[in-house]
Amino acid sequence: MSRIADELAPIVMLALLLAAWEIACRALNVPAYFLPPPSKVALAMAADLPTLVAAAWRTLSVAIAALLIASLVGQALAVVVGLHPLLERAVRPLASIIQVTPVVAIAPLVLIWAGIDHPERAIVALAALVAFFPIFSGALTGLHAADPDLERLFDLYGASRWQRVMRLRLPSAVPFLLEGHKVGAGLAIIGAVVAEFGAGSGGVRGLAWQILDAGNKLQTDRMIAALAVLGAMGVALHAILEAVERAGLTWWRGR
Amino acid sequence: MSVAALIGVEVDYPDRGRALGPFTLSVAAGEIVALVGPSGCGKSTALRLLGGLEQPRRGEVVRAPGRGETAVVFQAPTLAPWLSATANVALPLQLAGVRRDEAARRAVEALVRVGLKGAEAARPAQLSGGMAMRVSLARALVTEPKLLLLDEPFAALDEITRRALADDVLGLWAGAQPGVVFVTHNVEEAVYMASRVVVMTPGPGRIAAEVMIRGPKPRPQGFRTTPEFRATVEAISDQLAEACAP
Repeated sequence: MSRIADELAPIVMLALLLAAWEIACRALNVPAYFLPPPSKVALAMAADLPTLVAAAWRTLSVAIAALLIASLVGQALAVVVGLHPLLERAVRPLASIIQVTPVVAIAPLVLIWAGIDHPERAIVALAALVAFFPIFSGALTGLHAADPDLERLFDLYGASRWQRVMRLRLPSAVPFLLEGHKVGAGLAIIGAVVAEFGAGSGGVRGLAWQILDAGNKLQTDRMIAALAVLGAMGVALHAILEAVERAGLTWWRGR
Repeated sequence: MSVAALIGVEVDYPDRGRALGPFTLSVAAGEIVALVGPSGCGKSTALRLLGGLEQPRRGEVVRAPGRGETAVVFQAPTLAPWLSATANVALPLQLAGVRRDEAARRAVEALVRVGLKGAEAARPAQLSGGMAMRVSLARALVTEPKLLLLDEPFAALDEITRRALADDVLGLWAGAQPGVVFVTHNVEEAVYMASRVVVMTPGPGRIAAEVMIRGPKPRPQGFRTTPEFRATVEAISDQLAEACAP
């Protein structure tokens, strides 16, 4: 009984909010360009669905490409940097600078570097830049998280640096890597959307472009429909990543 | 013949000051030496020195075993959670360059020797504390070490399990007869397992007394109840209390 209630609670909440929104719009005669009622948004979404799905897929594929790049670069760099404490001291603050600099602020620069003809490359690069930090930072922390007594055993058996990284430090880092990738994937979506905004109309025609385009035409219902699709995509991605992380941890712990 | 020796070693730690020494100890081949002493007397430090895992501030460490010929069992099983029991035991062999299938075969043999037939594919998390300790023991024995270092290996186990494991260790030792150094704060366990018990003073650890223990190994049944065993345990306990008295 309480499980069903648990499952239903957020849906009921959503329905109540939508109903209140619908009633308020109708009762107060709010103009549709200012705030359309949810029924109008739903109609716009239905009419626009193929376009919206295609746009969502474009944004998602940018995010996935960015996540892959961030994952490869982040982990490889962490392994190299983790080999030497001094190198790590040198690189950590630089990585933090990447983390604290807002992606919109770097976007114009990256757009110029990637070339005006290839805005999609710039968008992938920007999203990868945002997804990089949690993966790199998680990997670096994880590489130091090995059981010190296991490290001593590796000393005792005369393990090479390569053996130590591949057989001890990387496997020990798995929980941190899973967490880093989960956070990184969420950030890659945000990065992709923000970078699309930064690229403007010349960029990839993903969800952000849909929002921009509808906004320029004062089609508020289409804007909100695109936002809703973006939100749904985020929720679905988060759920998938949670499941992947849980399965990964279960495998790693062996129960 | 000495397998490993510490000659007048001293170890200082930055925050705690002198941890050990001056301390001199020689371990002969086939000998089982127990180090007993209060917590913080540098027993584990002495063990790490013998294993070549740490260097003394002063003094000399002489080690006969080459690479891969020393094995350590820690207080916790210290297994890799992501590897099966077999893969954990095979790890030292693989690090030494033994082929994967050969390493796995010898690992399974070692698991059988410690009484874990049937648990080859189990992950550490699926094993009880005693079973995990046996995997750790199998990993230490799989390389057929010349020197076996045991750092309070049974401290986290219940009395029945630790007694069973003590007999198992002696039975396994009887095969290749490596030199064994065994750290414990349990006097009875020390007398039961060792051919020589070294009593240490509180930190910085020095040798307070050395007692030779007679009797066959593995120990015959009822060994713990013999008057000689009881007397030796009491004598060593007295020496330990005396060493700890201010």
